[in-house]
Amino acid sequence: MNDILTIKNLRVEGRPPGGSYVPIVKGVSLNVAKGEVLALIGESGSGKSTISLASMGFARPGCRIAGGEIWLNGRDIMKLSPHERHALRGDEVSYVAQSAAASFNPALRIGKQVIEAPLWHGAGDAATLTATAVDLYRKLDLPNPDTVGDKFPHQVSGGQLQRLMAAMAMSCGPDLLILDEPTTALDVTTQIEVLKAFKDIIRDQGTAAIYVTHDLAVVAQVADRILVLKNGEMVEEGPTAQILNDPKHEYTRSLMDAVRPAPHLVDHVDGSAAQAPVISARNITAGYGALTILSDVSVDVPAASVVGVIGESGCGKSTLARVVAGLTPLREGEIKLDGKVAAPGVKDRPRDTLKDCQIVFQMADTALNPRQRIGDILGRPLEFYQGLKGRARLDKVGELLELVDLPRSFASRFPGELSGGQKQRINLARALAADPKVILCDEVTSALDTVVAAGVIELLKSLKDKLGVAYMFISHDLSTVASFADEVVVLYAGRVVEKGPSKAVFSPPFHPYTKLLLSSVPEMRQGWLEGVADTGEAKAASAGSVIIGAKGCPFANRCTHVIAGTCDRVTPPLRDLPGELSVACHLDTDALPST
Amino acid sequence: MSDATEIAKPRASVFAGLRLTWTATIAGSVLLFWLVLALFGPWIAPHGEAEIISGTTFAPVGEGGLLGTDKLGRDVFSRLIYGVRTTLLLALITTVISFAFGVTLGFAAANLKGWFDIVVSRIVEAFMAFPSTLLALVVIGAFGTSITVLVLTVGLVLSTSVFRVSRALGYDIGVMDFVEAARARGEGTWWILTREILPNSMAPLIAEFGLRFTFSILFLSGLSFLGLGVQEPAADWGLMVQENVGGLFLGSSAALIPAACIASLTVSMNLLVDWFQQRQQGETVLEKIDQ
Repeated sequence: MNDILTIKNLRVEGRPPGGSYVPIVKGVSLNVAKGEVLALIGESGSGKSTISLASMGFARPGCRIAGGEIWLNGRDIMKLSPHERHALRGDEVSYVAQSAAASFNPALRIGKQVIEAPLWHGAGDAATLTATAVDLYRKLDLPNPDTVGDKFPHQVSGGQLQRLMAAMAMSCGPDLLILDEPTTALDVTTQIEVLKAFKDIIRDQGTAAIYVTHDLAVVAQVADRILVLKNGEMVEEGPTAQILNDPKHEYTRSLMDAVRPAPHLVDHVDGSAAQAPVISARNITAGYGALTILSDVSVDVPAASVVGVIGESGCGKSTLARVVAGLTPLREGEIKLDGKVAAPGVKDRPRDTLKDCQIVFQMADTALNPRQRIGDILGRPLEFYQGLKGRARLDKVGELLELVDLPRSFASRFPGELSGGQKQRINLARALAADPKVILCDEVTSALDTVVAAGVIELLKSLKDKLGVAYMFISHDLSTVASFADEVVVLYAGRVVEKGPSKAVFSPPFHPYTKLLLSSVPEMRQGWLEGVADTGEAKAASAGSVIIGAKGCPFANRCTHVIAGTCDRVTPPLRDLPGELSVACHLDTDALPST
Repeated sequence: MSDATEIAKPRASVFAGLRLTWTATIAGSVLLFWLVLALFGPWIAPHGEAEIISGTTFAPVGEGGLLGTDKLGRDVFSRLIYGVRTTLLLALITTVISFAFGVTLGFAAANLKGWFDIVVSRIVEAFMAFPSTLLALVVIGAFGTSITVLVLTVGLVLSTSVFRVSRALGYDIGVMDFVEAARARGEGTWWILTREILPNSMAPLIAEFGLRFTFSILFLSGLSFLGLGVQEPAADWGLMVQENVGGLFLGSSAALIPAACIASLTVSMNLLVDWFQQRQQGETVLEKIDQ
């Protein structure tokens, strides 16, 4: 018996403020052996984080471990005193949280925080512990392992910080490592390096690990066994290969079905016949204060079509939407809405112009005024743009609700009474209330579970067919964009690097950055990570970080095909290739990556 | 569609679903008691506000009036009942004035930003740097003691902290997505301030109102005690403490009773504000301990 952790019949209860306790985890049993990685997967609210915390004998405020046994290294930790349990954490078991940025103290140097736990447990003096930590940095492939500990958290990139977080967790040589969605907040290109580093260090130290995630493709890379959860109950458990290839339970199968195929494998929408553009943004340069986010971006959205804007966080996707909506004033360039030049600021645009172009924000939770009823949220644009009042306004609100597949009775509710998916539908309905020609969708599905997100995408499609509305669909999810958009624009560091019909962008020849993005999307196949992490592209990409406003090609510092003397000096112009594709790269057409 | 169906409680207004706790019940009853006395005082009080009922000054409790007499032989009980009107009314007016100033300027600063914000904020900070009692002494000294000057001065002094709170709230809520959505729709400043930002800052503003109200009572009582507030023969609790403080050496409680009344008013208001604030977060501290 070499199980590090054995959980028997765990029950955890939680209590909403002012309410009584309701079960969150309903009798889950699991075990993790030495050197084994167990993945907990499920939708949000399935209790996977709660179980992972409970394996340290911890419950969030408002929750309590109501029953069951938690055996760690042969001791039932629920029978220990709180003080003894405290001594376990950061010694025998440690925890890596989702957001490293929120877990590091911004006022202390990284090295000091990494050795904090072992120092507290008296595992050695600061000098030896620092030496061990530097050793860990090296194993985690961090750049400048000798000096990175002297930096402050804001001085390193997000991917590096997440790896430093792992170093912090490993610094005490734990027997059990808990990783709670450690790569969810990262970009796909960063995710690879972090995943690889995690996997290697777990193998290297022979640590048992619990990996919590909702991303099946990630699970396929790191886990030995998978435990599927739904509403706090175990649905299915088995070796990774069996769960992925031969799921027994219906729920597991539905989870598998919700995973979208890799971007180059989907059926692309055929770009419909060229229509007059409803949005025509020409040579946009914009930013905040001294910072320039977008440089020389030109995008057209033809009527009744979908233009996908993809790129990693910080590349200027949302800024582009804000500039088009007039929320962030542009510095240079011109925006035409429905053929007419639109003023840069929203205050100077007439209502007719505003009506044509509506924006939908990412976070449905914060985009709806919590103190207004749904009827008022939807009714206001009707009144504002169309002058509808009283009975007519009420009827139209009902129609809008039905349009987004919600019952009419929702008009009397407050946003707080709705689920995430329902809120996002209201958010859409508010944009539709203006009867717009185009809707700017800023990551509208990113905060939703896969199944719910798929429903919202279906709704967007049907609305497009019914109403002839166009979308500028901003997302970092390549698979969704690939299957939904007619045309795709790839942004990198505030510049357009490639654009064209969806099919052309997602098939060769690629811009080197597009190639990197595509190859970084995790595939649900074991062994994919090893294959991709060792390619020259991935190595070059993890060596540099995004520099906004760089001279020359912004991607030059992370590109394997870089032409010294040219790429770092001259900004490549967008040049037209056959098939309506445009690529901003100095490479000859034949030399562009083609696989 | 498998939208999760986790439904939160409806929140019609900031007052919806507020369950009372025993502290809130007691505090509320005390405040209600004083409010009733303030409204119906003249019909309840056995004697007039400035009526001398006895030749004995500083008569003890029970002799010559329910709660004794003061330094001129007036009925302490009657003056207490008349005093609650002055105290509550003045506190209410000053707090309303401070909110009218503070919230308007604070929201304007948060929304207009730039120069307006910088100038107003610096002026407010200059006011705050000045000890408030000293400031009031100077102003009242310069303009003379009248109720108008008193109310305006105290209102102005209190408005500085209201300004800070509402400016912070305005900034916080002003960058939220639903406000951005309203801006993108083309709504004007007035709509954004009154329909989007104000309703969402009601809870902290109501709590702040309670706190400022308490401060105002204390501040006004303090000024009356210094002889700069309400003038005799009108009755005011702070003034009553000052009038009768000499009686303490003669064993009279005429100064202690109004002081205790001031305390009951402010403590109750604080308890009520605490309860309201904690209830807005869901649970009060006492309830959390019980669980």
